[in-house]
Amino acid sequence: MNQPLPHTDEVDVVDLRIPCKAEWVALARLSVAAVASRLNFSIDEIEDIKLAVAEACTNAIQHAHGSPFIEIKAEAVPGSLRLSVRDHGRGTRPEHIRSRELNDERVGGLGVFLIRSLMDEVEYDVQPDQGTLLVMVKRLAV
Amino acid sequence: MDIKVNVREAQGDCYIVELSGEIDVYTSPKVKDAIGDLIDRGVYNLVIDLEKVRYIDSTGLGVLIGGLKRVREHGGSVNLVCTNPQIRKIFDITGLVKIFGIFESEDAAMKALV
Repeated sequence: MNQPLPHTDEVDVVDLRIPCKAEWVALARLSVAAVASRLNFSIDEIEDIKLAVAEACTNAIQHAHGSPFIEIKAEAVPGSLRLSVRDHGRGTRPEHIRSRELNDERVGGLGVFLIRSLMDEVEYDVQPDQGTLLVMVKRLAV
Repeated sequence: MDIKVNVREAQGDCYIVELSGEIDVYTSPKVKDAIGDLIDRGVYNLVIDLEKVRYIDSTGLGVLIGGLKRVREHGGSVNLVCTNPQIRKIFDITGLVKIFGIFESEDAAMKALV
């Protein structure tokens, strides 16, 4: 069941759409973990990926007011996993998407900080009134 | 997915909050309520045992930070028990190892409180 996929240059895509509600975040992280395990990521890397996708979904739930659902796309690109998390809320102003400083005891910004720490590439595309797209990449260790 | 919260009175005026399961945006309110109830009752020295926690995200960290801030206002403290490397890693990369005492056993965490 969890046998790694054979090496190929093709991009396999898994799409998932969950309600924009807290009780569905576990499904998103476990689904993405299953994809990552097929790509031969280590257990530690799978935990990183699980947490990053969960943080992205949590941000959508907490900030994407009015978004009925969250779309998660997992693309098995050769040598890496590319994850896109899109909501359809009002959209957060780019300057409000901020990470936190170490030693900062405030709660806000931890999720973004974790995503940036755990993933190799992170990019936000914010469209006011159309939602937020977060694209992040985790590369397989060589 | 669920979180179980077990609150026990320990030595002195210290309480142990033993958590088991996964702490995320769905389950963290239950943890927040348990810690908040203790603080509302005047308990300001807490050991939070994360040994049976398999997963924690930023909302879980936020609950722990919030609890720590509240007890500090009353001269109290929160120590954590955590040996799971994956959970410990989250505290390391967020820098929270610098604001929480993190110990390998409940005994060690309690002794450090008093």
